[in-house]
Amino acid sequence: MDQRSSNLLDEALGLDCQTDRWALAGRVVAIEDSVETSGSFILHQLVKRALAPNSSTVVLFIAFAQPFSHYDRILRKLGCNLAAQRVNNRFFFFDKLTLQCPDVDERNSPVSGLVALYGEIQETIYGLPEVSRKNVTIIIDDLSIVEVAANGSSDYVLDFLHYCHTLTSEFDCTLITLNHEDIYSSTEKPAFLLQTEYLADILIKAEPLATGLATDVHGQLTVLNKGFNHGQMNSRNKIRNFHFRVKENMVEYFYPGSRN
Amino acid sequence: MAESVCRTLRDGGLEGEHAPALTIKDSIASPFGFDVFCHVLTQLSSFILAGKSQSRGLVLVAFCRSPSFYADLLKSKGIDVNSSNKCRVRILDCYTDPLGWKFRLMGVGNLRDLSCEASSTGILCKDVKDTNKLYSSIIELGKGLVAEAKSRFSVAIDSVDQMLRHASMSSVAGLFSNLRSHGQVSNVFWLLHSDLHEVRVTASLEYMSSMVASVEPLQQLTNGQRDDSDKASLTEQNLKKGKFHVRFKRRNGRVRVMLEEFHIEQSGISFKSASSEEVTNQGLLPKVQFSLQLSEKEQIDRSNVVLPFEHQGNGKPIQIYDGRNSLMEGKHETTSVSAGNSETNEGSGGGEIIYYRDSDDEMPDSDEDPDDDLDI
Repeated sequence: MDQRSSNLLDEALGLDCQTDRWALAGRVVAIEDSVETSGSFILHQLVKRALAPNSSTVVLFIAFAQPFSHYDRILRKLGCNLAAQRVNNRFFFFDKLTLQCPDVDERNSPVSGLVALYGEIQETIYGLPEVSRKNVTIIIDDLSIVEVAANGSSDYVLDFLHYCHTLTSEFDCTLITLNHEDIYSSTEKPAFLLQTEYLADILIKAEPLATGLATDVHGQLTVLNKGFNHGQMNSRNKIRNFHFRVKENMVEYFYPGSRN
Repeated sequence: MAESVCRTLRDGGLEGEHAPALTIKDSIASPFGFDVFCHVLTQLSSFILAGKSQSRGLVLVAFCRSPSFYADLLKSKGIDVNSSNKCRVRILDCYTDPLGWKFRLMGVGNLRDLSCEASSTGILCKDVKDTNKLYSSIIELGKGLVAEAKSRFSVAIDSVDQMLRHASMSSVAGLFSNLRSHGQVSNVFWLLHSDLHEVRVTASLEYMSSMVASVEPLQQLTNGQRDDSDKASLTEQNLKKGKFHVRFKRRNGRVRVMLEEFHIEQSGISFKSASSEEVTNQGLLPKVQFSLQLSEKEQIDRSNVVLPFEHQGNGKPIQIYDGRNSLMEGKHETTSVSAGNSETNEGSGGGEIIYYRDSDDEMPDSDEDPDDDLDI
């Protein structure tokens, strides 16, 4: 099977167009998943897509959830060598598994915590050659652990996200975040989750099937494309819903009921 | 009606009164507050540019979008922010570096230059936590815009949410009321995502504004709708159009509420008045599957029905039985029942009512309680 061919997810994100420009440039993508249905495979797919040989995108991967070897193994199965891309300066890995922000008033203290992390990201982008500076994708895996690292201060995380957002307008970066929807389900007004949804141009939700478990369907994706992007108005306010099945070295996407 | 909002902002405030203020609020179910904000912004700036409005310039406090975004937006509507001779819009950049992180990183040597894209059109604010400084920057920018001391200017704030994240409710409220009561401020408008805050925060901001424009979904998603395709189509519908509620508060305390419909189109947002029928239907009647209202024919038919207690006036003397006259009148009756006195009515030839009196000594319609002597 030709793995290069576009699938439903690529179509929903506008990645199927044959243009030189990375279709997600300057946009914010928020992925929300739940315990029953993990959304991390979407991150892997997007990393693979971004590092494809025909694109020139540089990926900045800020890992709070898993070590490098984890992603390396998965992406290798998908046909993408992260270690080699790291050497090529196409893949930058920020290992933040043990990041703990100091619990002091950060205004007077030396640069630390998320401010320092932002500094690192910015430094990396400034260090890139002029050409690839316009094609940067920042991926954060995942926001709930960033919140833990920030001692539960969601405002601090939102400030950090705001600064990452300034990079999207300054360099046309793509910002992709993963968060878990159900950990906020008991709160009446999940302000943090809502804030990230307001910030996002594209919202991808991975949910289990409403009808229960199935062997050949692993869940459903809802892609909401509400981008306020002056260039690409055509895909504005489109909502797509389809099922998926995660396989060892690929993911199948299909419309409900379209498989026999 | 969106027009009348813009008109009210254009006309500004009277001498010695608070400047009119507009709150635009939305929620995640219909997140188009920003589109409304942009609509009002472009309308107002074109009024200002044409010299039609009370205010002579506009100060935009940018929290959630970059100054270049707004410059592009206004340019696409034919308003050039960067042209120095006719510049009527200034931007206070609270987006690029709201907390001074970039500035601090620059101090450590991590950063080469702080791109100051705002420099030509406005100034950069590096500490949004200080509302006093924010206030003085806004006023300073505004005074720079309008040369004469008497001229007024407008203030637009694109995200109250971010202000509230960095500063307390009371200081933000103080900033707003200071702005409204400043002699040179013609009008103020701001955007708020209402579901991010407690009700009291939204309410207190609404108290401070003379107009509240709220963007609402056409149909609320309910938890009962488990069917995913149903939910998806409803969500998609809510992403195309919605309800636009405006509440005007007059000086004398009169409140007027208006409803309009908005559509999200390729080129932006457009407003359409909702028909009055729709308004009343939406307002008064719950959504049910069967018709609760009568058609015209049904209404005429109903008015023709003669109710039993109405005198029918068909020529005969009207007889109302009082229980006494029955014996005397019984002679005229053709039918009589021998076992007792009877009263029949054969006027209409249909049914008849036969009444038997138990005995003659019983006083008709006695006031006494017949069960008086009962001993239970």
